[in-house]
Amino acid sequence: MHPFNDTHEQIRLTVRRFVEKHVLPYIREWEEAGEFPREIYQLAGDAGILGIGYDEKWGGIGAGDVLMKVAASEELMRSTSGGLVASLGSLDIALPPVAKWASPALKKTVVPAVLRGEKIAALAITEPSGGSDVASLKTRARKEGDHYVVNGSKTFITSGTRADYYTVAVRTGNEGHGGISLLMIERGTPGFTVGRKLQKMGWWCSDTAELFFQDCKVPASHLIGVENAGFIAIMSNFQMERLSLAIMAYMTAQLAYEEALRYVKEREAFGRKIAGFQVIRHKLVDMATRINIARQYTLTVAEKMQTKQNCVTEVSMAKNFVTETADFVTYEAVQIFGGMGYMRESVVERLFRDARILSIGGGTTEIMKEIIARQLGL
Amino acid sequence: MKVLVAVKRVIDYNVKARVKADQTGVDLSNVKMAMNPFCEIAVEEAVRLKERGVATEVVVVSIGPKAAQEQIRTALALGADKGVHVETDVEVEALAVAKLLKAVVEKEQPGLIILGKQSIDTDNNQTGQMLAALCGYGQATFASEVTVSGDKVEVTREVDGGLRTVALKLPAIVTTDLRLNEPRYASLPNIMKAKKKPLETVSPADLGVDVTPRLKTLKVVEPAKRSAGIKVASVEELVSKLKNEAKVI
Ligand SMILES: Cc1cc2nc3c(=O)[nH]c(=O)nc-3n(C[C@H](O)[C@H](O)[C@H](O)COP(=O)(O)OP(=O)(O)OC[C@H]3O[C@@H](n4cnc5c(N)ncnc54)[C@H](O)[C@@H]3O)c2cc1C
Repeated sequence: MHPFNDTHEQIRLTVRRFVEKHVLPYIREWEEAGEFPREIYQLAGDAGILGIGYDEKWGGIGAGDVLMKVAASEELMRSTSGGLVASLGSLDIALPPVAKWASPALKKTVVPAVLRGEKIAALAITEPSGGSDVASLKTRARKEGDHYVVNGSKTFITSGTRADYYTVAVRTGNEGHGGISLLMIERGTPGFTVGRKLQKMGWWCSDTAELFFQDCKVPASHLIGVENAGFIAIMSNFQMERLSLAIMAYMTAQLAYEEALRYVKEREAFGRKIAGFQVIRHKLVDMATRINIARQYTLTVAEKMQTKQNCVTEVSMAKNFVTETADFVTYEAVQIFGGMGYMRESVVERLFRDARILSIGGGTTEIMKEIIARQLGL
Repeated sequence: MKVLVAVKRVIDYNVKARVKADQTGVDLSNVKMAMNPFCEIAVEEAVRLKERGVATEVVVVSIGPKAAQEQIRTALALGADKGVHVETDVEVEALAVAKLLKAVVEKEQPGLIILGKQSIDTDNNQTGQMLAALCGYGQATFASEVTVSGDKVEVTREVDGGLRTVALKLPAIVTTDLRLNEPRYASLPNIMKAKKKPLETVSPADLGVDVTPRLKTLKVVEPAKRSAGIKVASVEELVSKLKNEAKVI
């Protein structure tokens, strides 16, 4: 049982073709190089893939259709590279606040260009001093006439080295969550510098960067939404990001499972296919079982989100359950591959590394549990 | 000029086909279906003719169950203008398909009809040829290049031993080979726009064609499993085996 309609299936087909044609033949090279060509944004924009979930007047498609997004994300993950999906998808965490709450002029400059793949958008919340405790962020934006003067730094920012538009969380008011705002800061704004590209355990072809702001003057018109109301915007934005991370997680697991399923039918030990060992078969059964449950639950949450119901608890539960599934499944897949699973030439090696971030980014497992505990009335 | 393209819903080329337990056919329940790859090439060629200003309208026709509309929608998303669905749950054989297509040709009056050279499910490689015979039109099968000029179409065909170029008077039938073009994928906005394009449904009876099968399938079985090969130590051993055991040289 799945909730997808014919249109979703057609879109799935297009995204699959896109991945087969433009990504799969090169992905290993890009992963090793730590970068994929910028042109991929443009190609994805041309295909309409980047526009999913946004209003047609900005060049978007399927606004409010969460399941369309799910179908496309599943297929993008068939690239076998979470890093590609994370960077190509950074607009989906950076752009929604702009599309919802920025001034009409700012929306018009930023949203269509990003959906066309001409410009890249990034979201910058996390700081060197902490990412979980968003309410304590330190980057300060002081209002001076018709400008904000921004001082501080951000880190671990996906698409950070290449982005053109940064949706940046800053402190405009008092301490705590009531003093936070979102500002749109453009690359090249005086006082804004992008640091080195960070080297990571996984997501190799995704660029991740530090950002520095030193007396950086940002037009006051670049405020996104109401001053000091940024915290709630950030938290509501997290819901979709967490759903996306859950999708990435069960797809990472699914790919690892498929690789393992193929391998056990080929590889021989002690004179027979390793699929002949009950221990191996049961591993695959456990993998398949967890993946099925993980995906079904995530799809249920996606359907609920589609009806605009509050699903903070469910999304957090999905993220935790599914990322744990991905860790389990990718671990077992590497195990099943034996020494070959440790070699960079096997896809499961990458999937194993890539899975690790999923329970950290977009809110850690522990933070998800804190959220769930609160919702449970604890 | 109007171009008519025929497309077929078939089992997806990525799916490993399985024979039904009762040996009556291939198991299609819960199997992913898709447009026949050769038909995709046909659609692409027609759309390119339209983009070059040679064709003015691309009509796509599919014969099959209700679900075949998915493949028509795909063709519309790729750039076709109008769909015709001949709806039937019968497994229509090549001759009946050709007769149905002839009826559509009579109605639509296309200048050029493009079909895949065969469909990957039954691999008959018959429909285009039969349609040409029924219509009395010229045919160029296995096309790797199609150039329309005036009332003629020049087609390069892939034949054993090389390429053969033929010129046909329009209207004519062309069937596509793999190298004719590389089909595009539909952009998402075009998928949405395709929903608003006209799609007409008719029945075989409306077209006056009897689609009752003339062939009886006795049984369908899996191909024999290939046994594992062996490694030979030298060219001499290989030649000797080919000569004495396989008896092929
Ligand atoms: C590859 C990558 C890409 C990223 N992309 C982005 C991006 O695009 N934009 C962005 O803003 N950020 C991004 N991040 C940052 C990410 O969101 C943070 O790393 C994450 O939120 C955790 O914050 P932290 O690293 O500061 O860990 P900390 O907050 O320092 O947490 C350290 C540990 O303490 C635990 N902990 C913290 N608070 C509690 C608590 N109350 N109870 C129990 N345990 C607790 C955490 O769970 C964790 O285990 C990215 C990170 C990575 C690795």
